[in-house]
Amino acid sequence: MFTQILRRIATGFVVLWVTLTVVFLGLDFAPGDELDVLLSAEAAASLTPDEMAAKRAELGLDRAFPIKYGIWLKKVVTGDLGYSTSEDNDIAEVLKVTVGNTAMLIFSALFFGIIIGVFFGILAAIKENTWVDYVIGSIPIFIAGIPGFILSLGLIYTVSVKMNLLPSGYMHSLTDESFLDLVKHMILPVSVLSLVLAAQLVRYTRASMLDVLSSEFIIAAKAKGISNRRVTYNHAFKNALLPVISVVGLHLPEIIAGAVITETVFTWPGMGSLAVRAAGGRDVPMVMGIVIVVAVTVIISNLITDIAYTLADPRVRLG
Amino acid sequence: MGVVVLSLVTLMAIFADILAPQGPEFIDLESVRQPPGNGHFLGTDDVGRDVWARVAFGARTSMVVGVGAVAVALSIGITVGLISGFLGKWADTILMRITDGFMSVPSLILIIIFIAIVGPSLTNVILVIALATWPTSARVVRGQVLALREQEFITAAKVIGVRTPAILKNHILPNLLGPLSVVATFGIAGAILTEAGLSFLGLGVRPPISSWGQMVNLAQQSQILLAEPWIYVPSGVMIVVTVLAVNFIGDGLRKAVDPKSVR
Repeated sequence: MFTQILRRIATGFVVLWVTLTVVFLGLDFAPGDELDVLLSAEAAASLTPDEMAAKRAELGLDRAFPIKYGIWLKKVVTGDLGYSTSEDNDIAEVLKVTVGNTAMLIFSALFFGIIIGVFFGILAAIKENTWVDYVIGSIPIFIAGIPGFILSLGLIYTVSVKMNLLPSGYMHSLTDESFLDLVKHMILPVSVLSLVLAAQLVRYTRASMLDVLSSEFIIAAKAKGISNRRVTYNHAFKNALLPVISVVGLHLPEIIAGAVITETVFTWPGMGSLAVRAAGGRDVPMVMGIVIVVAVTVIISNLITDIAYTLADPRVRLG
Repeated sequence: MGVVVLSLVTLMAIFADILAPQGPEFIDLESVRQPPGNGHFLGTDDVGRDVWARVAFGARTSMVVGVGAVAVALSIGITVGLISGFLGKWADTILMRITDGFMSVPSLILIIIFIAIVGPSLTNVILVIALATWPTSARVVRGQVLALREQEFITAAKVIGVRTPAILKNHILPNLLGPLSVVATFGIAGAILTEAGLSFLGLGVRPPISSWGQMVNLAQQSQILLAEPWIYVPSGVMIVVTVLAVNFIGDGLRKAVDPKSVR
């Protein structure tokens, strides 16, 4: 099992390297280079072409492609992601602030999404082919068809504007920095993100639970005379959760993508709304910095999913 | 039901010119922010453009993006999947690591990078969605090819001396049509959603071309959100209805292709 995990980590690094290379190619193809970013337009105009060339040489921008690639890779590994023109700040600094805000949203969404999704999935499976099952089964189809931004606007319209219950955007009120205020601001965006995740999980949990309920060890347990309730909760539940682990891992990229739109609608100061602003301002290095963070997150979470799965399921561990 | 709704939306897209003769760009300065009625079936938006015309032409944008992006994505995906699945060995390893790299970044984020590099426009949106979504179809094709190439009829074809391109074209591709039609349908729904999302964020189709997402974006202004719902509600409804219709068709196709699949 140990070698298995090591092999997965190695693959993770390969994938990360491929992503970094793609990012570098993107930066290289984009118009302009690092010098254009560092100098203002007036400063660049006041320099002679020779001086510009000298500055380029200083930064290593005149080197051959592989050497530039090497320099860039070394910088990224040491945490130097360059300078963002649209935010007028060091990219790593901007990311430090925004990543935390986004993580806060995503972890809360994961937490509530998993609880809601698993709960209703199991409920649907236990009540298979009753109206409960049909209602639970049809809601996710509709949620899948409603884009996150329409759902978000709908919530803003009903909850924030009409009912005046919760704030419609930002992280804090102007005068209030308390934790309670933060929670109030989080409720709407987290509901949108967790609903979308829960909608996916319900289907998988239901299918997986039905699968387990019809397997032989459940029939054996029932035949032994164990009560239905005990069979469902002690025997079937744990086994049905196994596939759900990998589904959550698979959907993490989707949740991050959902955060981009949700953050923009709710003007949440996170990585997603930052990405939209940066892309609107054609600030390629900033977007690339975000991509690197997202890619690392997804790769690590895939790794954790795999390891968690291996730990949770002895059949995978031994087989 | 899905088919009926989708046909209606497609007809709307094709005959947008006839349905809304004044066009989506015509600005009626006499009636800005006018509620439905009085010459404008669905009212006018904040600069006096006819909402009905913009919805109809928005259908065209959505369909063009949906079908176009999926067509491009499928052609890349099929090529990569066939090469990867049939040649195997190092070609497979390299191509699959590349798809891994693409899939480790959420497609919306990938799309945002590409948009940041090439800038927003209708063609760019189509290409960029295709570029971000081809790995799914490549995976499906590769998986199917791996399963198919071990089967006896392929071995038989090889034994009687059929060349590889002919095997791929005559024996493998027809067997892929089923699963690919499912991928394509969900791909269209995804592309329509993505385009709406991008245009909503201001990173998609540029004005004056109309797009449903762009129209919903106007709801971010509180005056429009509260007092002028006719500007954004129709296009919001259109997005939801169209995507649901395409998803229903996809579900139906999946059941037809794979009878074992659960609901």
